[in-house]
Amino acid sequence: MARIIVVTSGKGGVGKTTTSASISTGLAKRGHKTVVIDFDVGLRNLDLIMNCERRVVYDFVNVIQGEATLNQALIRDKRVDTLYILPASQTREKEALTKDGVEKVINELSERFDYIVCDSPAGIEHGALMALYYADEAIVVTNPEVSSVRDSDRILGILQSKSRRAEMGQDPVKEHLLLSRYNPDRVQRGEMLSVADVEEILAIPLLGVIPESQVVLNASNQGLPVILEEDSDAGQAYEDAVARLLGEEREHRFMSSQKKGFFSRMFKGG
Amino acid sequence: MSFFDYFKSKKNNRSASVAKERLQIIVAHERGQREQPDYLPALQKELLEVIRKYVQISDDMVQVEVDRNDSCSVLELNVTLPEH
Ligand SMILES: Nc1ncnc2c1ncn2[C@@H]1O[C@H](COP(=O)(O)OP(=O)(O)O)[C@@H](O)[C@H]1O
Ligand SMILES: [Mg+2]
Repeated sequence: MARIIVVTSGKGGVGKTTTSASISTGLAKRGHKTVVIDFDVGLRNLDLIMNCERRVVYDFVNVIQGEATLNQALIRDKRVDTLYILPASQTREKEALTKDGVEKVINELSERFDYIVCDSPAGIEHGALMALYYADEAIVVTNPEVSSVRDSDRILGILQSKSRRAEMGQDPVKEHLLLSRYNPDRVQRGEMLSVADVEEILAIPLLGVIPESQVVLNASNQGLPVILEEDSDAGQAYEDAVARLLGEEREHRFMSSQKKGFFSRMFKGG
Repeated sequence: MSFFDYFKSKKNNRSASVAKERLQIIVAHERGQREQPDYLPALQKELLEVIRKYVQISDDMVQVEVDRNDSCSVLELNVTLPEH
C-alpha cells in the first residue's frame, strides 16, 4: 500500500510543481519506490521540471480512458532509478479526470509504489479536487503573502470536508505546511509575513521553509529538481523537508537572514 | 529621500503586521462560514417566502446563522423590517 501525498495550495505559482519534483526525487533518492503524477491537465509542466518532456508518449488521461497501459505511460527518471513520472495530458479537458478513473490508476500504482505524489493544479475546482481526493497526507505550499495564506486555509477546509478520508469518516488527511519563497531579509524589515505569523494563522505543523532562491529558476531552466542542487539553500531546505516527512527530526534552517561575508558584499553589492 | 518619503517607507515597513491582522479576520470569518450546515441557504429562502406573505423585505434582511457551543447549537435568526 502506497502513501498518497498531494501537493496543493489553491493559489497558482506558489511552488507546487517545484515542490512535487523535489519531494518525489528526495523520497526516491532514499530508495523508496516513488511515482509523481501531474494532475494539471491542459497545462502540464512537471515533465519540463523533471526533464522528461521529450519522452512523453502516453499520459494520465490515456491510461484512465484505456488507450494505454500504465506501463506505457510511466516514464522512468534518468537520474534516480526508483522514480517514475506520470505526465498530464496536454490536450484534454480537466473533466477527463473522473473519480473512478483516478481511483483505478491510483489503486494500480499503489500495488507497485511506496509513495504516490500528486502535483495539484491551482484553484479549488475539479482538477484540484481530484488531486487531493485520495490523499493520505497533504503538503500545503504557501507563500508569505495574504492571498496565498487565505487560499491555503480554503484548501485546508476542502481537505477536511471533501477528501475521501473526510467523506468516509476515516482519520483526517495529515496536513503539512511548506512555506516557500521565503525572504528573511524582508521579514526582518517587517515587509513580509514571518514563519510564526503564517503558522499562527493556518495552525498546522510546519514541514519546512524554502527560501526564495535564484537556484530554483536555474534548476528549472535545466530540468533539474532543485533538491539535486545539493549545495544550494533551497536544495537543502527540500532535503530537510523530505527527512521530516519521513519522521526525522531536523532543525529548521534558512529562516533568518544570512550574514553576508566581506567578499559577497563587495561583489554582489549587498 | 524627502521628508514625506520617510514616513511612507516607515508605514510600508510595518505592512506585514497589517497583513497578519487582515488575514486573521478574514480567515476566522471564512472558517465560520465553512462550519455552517448545508441547509442554511434553503432555510433562509423559505423563511423569506413566509415573511413576504406579510411584510415586503429584501433578501439580505433575513440573516440565518448557526452558533455552535460545546454543549448546544443555537440557530440565530435576524429579521430586519423596513421602516414605515
Ligand atoms: N523557492 C523559490 N525561489 C524562487 N523561485 C521559486 C521558488 N519556488 C518556485 N519558484 C518559481 O515560481 C514559479 C512558479 O513555481 P511552480 O512550482 O511552477 O508553481 P505552481 O506549480 O504552484 O504553479 C516558477 O517560475 C518557479 O521557478
Ligand atoms: Mg504547477
